[in-house]
Amino acid sequence: MLTYILRRLGAGLLLLAVVTMVTFGIFYVVPKWAGRTTEQLATMYVGRAPTPEAIQATIDRLGLDKPVIVQFGEFVRGIFFGAEYQFGRDTIECSAPCFGYSFQTYQEVFPEIVSRLPVTFSLALGAGIIWLVGGIAVGVISAVWKGSLFDRIAMAIALAGVSLPIFFTGLLVLAFPVHAWGWFQTPRYVPLTQDPLGWAAGMFLPWLTLAFLHAAMYARQTRAGMLEVLGEDYIRTARAKGLSEHKVVLKHALRPTLTPIVTIFGLDLGLVLGGAVLTEQVFSLNGIGRYAVNAITQSDLPVILGVTLFGAFFIVLCNLIVDLIYPLIDPRVRVH
Amino acid sequence: MTAPMDAPESSQHAEPEAVIAGAKNAAGRSLRQIAWQRFRKDKVGMAGGIVVILLILVAIFAPLLTAWFGYPPNQFNQQLVDPLTGGVLLDPENPALGLDPWGGISPDHLLGVEPVNGRDLFSRIVYGARTSLLVATVATVVCVVIGTVLGVVAGYFGGWIDTVISRAMDIFLAFPLLLFAIALVGVIPDGAFGLTGNGLRIGVLIFIIGFFNWPYIGRIVRGQTLTLKEREFVEAARSLGAGSAHIVFKEILPNLVTPILVYSTLLIPTNILFEAALSFLGVGINPPTATWGGMLENALRFYTTSPHFVIIPGLAIFVTVLAFNLFGDGLRDAFDPRSSD
Repeated sequence: MLTYILRRLGAGLLLLAVVTMVTFGIFYVVPKWAGRTTEQLATMYVGRAPTPEAIQATIDRLGLDKPVIVQFGEFVRGIFFGAEYQFGRDTIECSAPCFGYSFQTYQEVFPEIVSRLPVTFSLALGAGIIWLVGGIAVGVISAVWKGSLFDRIAMAIALAGVSLPIFFTGLLVLAFPVHAWGWFQTPRYVPLTQDPLGWAAGMFLPWLTLAFLHAAMYARQTRAGMLEVLGEDYIRTARAKGLSEHKVVLKHALRPTLTPIVTIFGLDLGLVLGGAVLTEQVFSLNGIGRYAVNAITQSDLPVILGVTLFGAFFIVLCNLIVDLIYPLIDPRVRVH
Repeated sequence: MTAPMDAPESSQHAEPEAVIAGAKNAAGRSLRQIAWQRFRKDKVGMAGGIVVILLILVAIFAPLLTAWFGYPPNQFNQQLVDPLTGGVLLDPENPALGLDPWGGISPDHLLGVEPVNGRDLFSRIVYGARTSLLVATVATVVCVVIGTVLGVVAGYFGGWIDTVISRAMDIFLAFPLLLFAIALVGVIPDGAFGLTGNGLRIGVLIFIIGFFNWPYIGRIVRGQTLTLKEREFVEAARSLGAGSAHIVFKEILPNLVTPILVYSTLLIPTNILFEAALSFLGVGINPPTATWGGMLENALRFYTTSPHFVIIPGLAIFVTVLAFNLFGDGLRDAFDPRSSD
């Protein structure tokens, strides 16, 4: 068991290292392939006044003329030990988890991301619970009552759901229930600690919108998995020995169906935690996804680099958690 | 294409499972013919397929269609629009009547006009189909090429090669794709790789979507290759002295064509959604070129006055993606040897 945990942990760290390297490569190697000179690259980091001196200063400050591997080393060192930037006569301290420094807004990226995390977390966790519970419930009912009216309607909606982009459903929600019919307030983020009811009310529509897409996928997946399991011999055995249908479905059939779903849930939740970019953009929620999108319009590369790394971190973290709880759900993993 | 050495009659594309499952070739029907007969009975899949074909025709003949029905996609018709709110007027002759809740849908403008500029929505939707299908299809081809090559290599050679490629697939699937795409578009300058403007943008989009989505195909191809290489006809070829190149190209690849085609059909809608998402975030193809995602990005500012501007491009995406999904599902079921005739 311990070796299993250590192995998964090692794999997670390795994945994180690779993702960091690739992300870094995108920012420092791809522009070079695309024919950008060091000066042009530096211009993107300079900010508002790209004078030749400022550009040269940026090259020196960020070490843009050094070999990529050296730059990467310095970037990684910044994450663990912090970094300092010479800025004219001033020295800017970018403290320990230094994910870079925005020269557009003169802000450290890490605290900026952290200050936006509550928004993204609220969105992701609320929606995650809704889509997990809703999707599985609908999937199970559809499988048990296969061919019923409920099954047919639910599966038609689910099929439509996987074909609807979230920025379309989000806009529909804004245009009709919110604006035209006035049923809801315009969604907005209120901190949970300040006003729990306002928090839930403000996030309700974004939760539903984000959850709908995923719930549709989970319902389809659960139904398919359930139907396969319900055809297995041991289910017939369970029925034959007189177990109630309730027990057969919820105890014997649901468990093996859930194992793949848990894996997918880990991946999806990680993705959403790393920035539900589209949902945040539609509903103007200032989470980390929107932070990155706004950064792109200002060519604020350090911000995008930081958010991307954060996103990758959450995916790796959630995968790791899934790997660790997997033996609890699926006893077969424990044997290996 | 020469038939595999031991292939019975004409079934060089026969799905190996079909033989196991007992789908008999006795009547001399190839798997293609069996699948086609099954698919013809699948009304939903057929409907999806017909819509897909129509959409492709619309995209190809976009200039003709707009010449017949509409106005050029980039022509401003500001006389139709209220200069204050940007909403579409009910009657351009008589602005006092207020805004048209239907966005100016009329025999003249079949799908109404855009707020602010008054560009004809029908033409823009038709041209948007071009962009959308072009990017999604070529990106899918990129996915298929990378996925097939790496999937076959991983599955056929096994060992450490398989380990490396499989881990690479895991890593690709763990990337925060959308953020990566935003980042990549941000760092690539306006002119690079000998391309400029929208040519470059389309190239970059195709590269990003294709390069990051290949593991879906890669996994399927790897799995199929693993089972195929243990099959008797491959063993037979090997015992007759065939080399790896012959086995891969003449024995294994022909049998992979069907699953690859089926899963490509299911990958296209994913790629359409991805392209639309990037355009919606403003990192797709530059305006004024019409894209469905780009229209929804604009709709974000006008949904209060012009709800039709939300509905029409959104429905275009929905119908296209749904049609491809239904078509792909239908194809998969038709070729699935486990489904009954």
